Amino acid sequence: MSRFWKWFWGIAIGGPIAVFVVWALASNERLFLVTLLNGLTLASLYFIVAAGFTLVFGLMRNVNLAHGSLYILGGYLGYVVAEQTGFWLVALAAGFLVAAIVGLAMQVSIFRFMQGEDLRQTMVTIGLSIVIADLLLWTFGGQVHQLSPPAWLDGPLRGIPVINAYSKYRLALLPLGIAIGVLLWLFLNRTRVGMLIRAGVDDRGMLSASGVNVNLVFAITFAIGAGLAGFGGVIGAVELSMVPGEDVRLLLASLVVVIVGGMGSVVGAAIGAAILGVAETFGLAYAPTYSVVFTFVILVLVLAFRPRGILGRPA
Amino acid sequence: MSAAQWRKAMNAGAAAQGWPRQRRAASAPAGAARAEAPAPYADQDAPRWLKWIWERVAARHVFVLAFVLVYPLVATPFFTFQIGAQSLALGLIALSLTFLSGYGGMISLAQMTVAGIAGYMVAILGVSGTAEISLGWPWWVVVPLAIAIATVCGTLIGWLSVRTEGIYTIMITLAIGVAFHYLALQNYSVFNGFQGLQKVYAPTVLGVNWGEPLPFYFLALACALGGYFLVQYLVRTPFGIALQGVRDNPRRMNALGFNVTAHRVAAYAVAGFIAAVGGVLFVWYNSLITPGSIGTSWLINILIIAVLGGMRHPIGPFLGAIVFVLLQNFAIDVFARERFNLVIGGVFLAIVLFSPDGLLGLWAAFRARFANADARSRISPPRPSGRT
Repeated sequence: MSRFWKWFWGIAIGGPIAVFVVWALASNERLFLVTLLNGLTLASLYFIVAAGFTLVFGLMRNVNLAHGSLYILGGYLGYVVAEQTGFWLVALAAGFLVAAIVGLAMQVSIFRFMQGEDLRQTMVTIGLSIVIADLLLWTFGGQVHQLSPPAWLDGPLRGIPVINAYSKYRLALLPLGIAIGVLLWLFLNRTRVGMLIRAGVDDRGMLSASGVNVNLVFAITFAIGAGLAGFGGVIGAVELSMVPGEDVRLLLASLVVVIVGGMGSVVGAAIGAAILGVAETFGLAYAPTYSVVFTFVILVLVLAFRPRGILGRPA
Repeated sequence: MSAAQWRKAMNAGAAAQGWPRQRRAASAPAGAARAEAPAPYADQDAPRWLKWIWERVAARHVFVLAFVLVYPLVATPFFTFQIGAQSLALGLIALSLTFLSGYGGMISLAQMTVAGIAGYMVAILGVSGTAEISLGWPWWVVVPLAIAIATVCGTLIGWLSVRTEGIYTIMITLAIGVAFHYLALQNYSVFNGFQGLQKVYAPTVLGVNWGEPLPFYFLALACALGGYFLVQYLVRTPFGIALQGVRDNPRRMNALGFNVTAHRVAAYAVAGFIAAVGGVLFVWYNSLITPGSIGTSWLINILIIAVLGGMRHPIGPFLGAIVFVLLQNFAIDVFARERFNLVIGGVFLAIVLFSPDGLLGLWAAFRARFANADARSRISPPRPSGRT
């Protein structure tokens, strides 16, 4: 793209956004800042869930459409564990572990036997998501399950300039999302397993030829990806509440995040999550009827100019 | 894929994959060329159209046609309407996906969205229970307009998603479908939100109320047969052959000078048209349209129907739809009523895991077991929609 077009699109997209920010800040400063915070905290939940999705896709070319089901599974289990033990952190660990084990079981018992058959794997995950969603509906019924945040994160944090008070729990999500991102980055870039995973993303066949047990690497990646979905589920059980249908919502969010950010890239997932989370909450706050249209417009714009996502690379 | 394999795939694809009589017919270049070649029939003087029919029509075709014509006359209105007509309408929508996926190699989950757009247009432009929204135009304006708008939308969806390939297409069409679902759910001025539009009935034309079980069944049957023969015809045209070439190896087709993107978008347009007709039928069948009828579960149900039947042949989606509708109505009596999703999900999972070609694949395997070695060689056509 020439310099002129870069400037042209920069102004065409950035201009209206800048005008909107100035107008919103001038008209109602508090609403704008609260919405921004809401957007960023929602983005951090989206990032946690979508990072697992993109990790699995990047290595295995497996679009796990049961990812939303793993999310809601983690959420429900976290709810049960928190009811029984009373510790939210235990619930968080349980959500991660159970989703990771279910993901591991899926990889070992099904996907291992259809390596390279992308479309068939995708269809299997669709079937699994239908079955899991219905089993959960059977077990937990259709009513809303809301997990309360732990005592030390309950209630609002007071005394912030302009905003006055903001939920401690939601505020805590921001550093949590960043911490998970940093941990994931360290894991992928500084550990041996992470290096194997990245090598697998670049060239599966070559990794296998160098004597690495690729199936083991796949299993670990799938477990981590699924575990992140379950982890996100426990967080979402507090932030958003658990009802049948949330799995589809988070699946859609993950899809949009990775399409916008670029499949297989953790940094891309962070960018995509930030864009989607902020756009969605601003849409809800300023134009409630058409909030979903914003998501769609972003998707179309990205696809029109970067079909593989902002940080996507050719497969 | 080697050049020889590719040529084989092209030829086999042209013959609509593995049906013996059709393959013989399509292996000759064109009708004119066939007239000069020594014809395999004793009676050389028979008119060409008779030969044409003789070549293509087998006992099973006559049997199936007789069955679908006699069926509503002997079945109860429940079986005619709930089972028969619903299967045909759903089958028609799934046929659009089979065409896209089996012959174009693109799996779009947004076909139900296209059908839903057609249904919403029928309700919004025509007559419905919500008088503030519906414009109340006559049916002969509404139906063509609804089909045209939905076809245009289907083409636009295709234009967006052909930028991607394989699994990316699934994700983008799913995202588009869910986005439209939420738009219909949240918008009250045009789509009437959660409630949707009720009391959308088929019109009364020529003194016949087409919403009655028997007339509606024949209307659906006519549309379904039209769709079936349209796909059967299209896959033999130069466009259809080129589309199958694009499915098998887009880069080669591009190198041969075919416009890959144009072929794909055109396939989406055709599929959009078929889905739109199915959508109009489906809204008349339900006599309402709600965001729920274009929600994720229905987007995926269409995929389930297409995969269940098999994507090798345009009869597949209708088979799949019959099984789906029967399960929906009867299998749940065995289990609890609200466990339908579990049953259909389990059946879908079993089909995908054990017979990727659906019921048609099972049928081919069954025939192979009982037929001679000649039949054995025909049942391994190229994979549809596989990546190369």
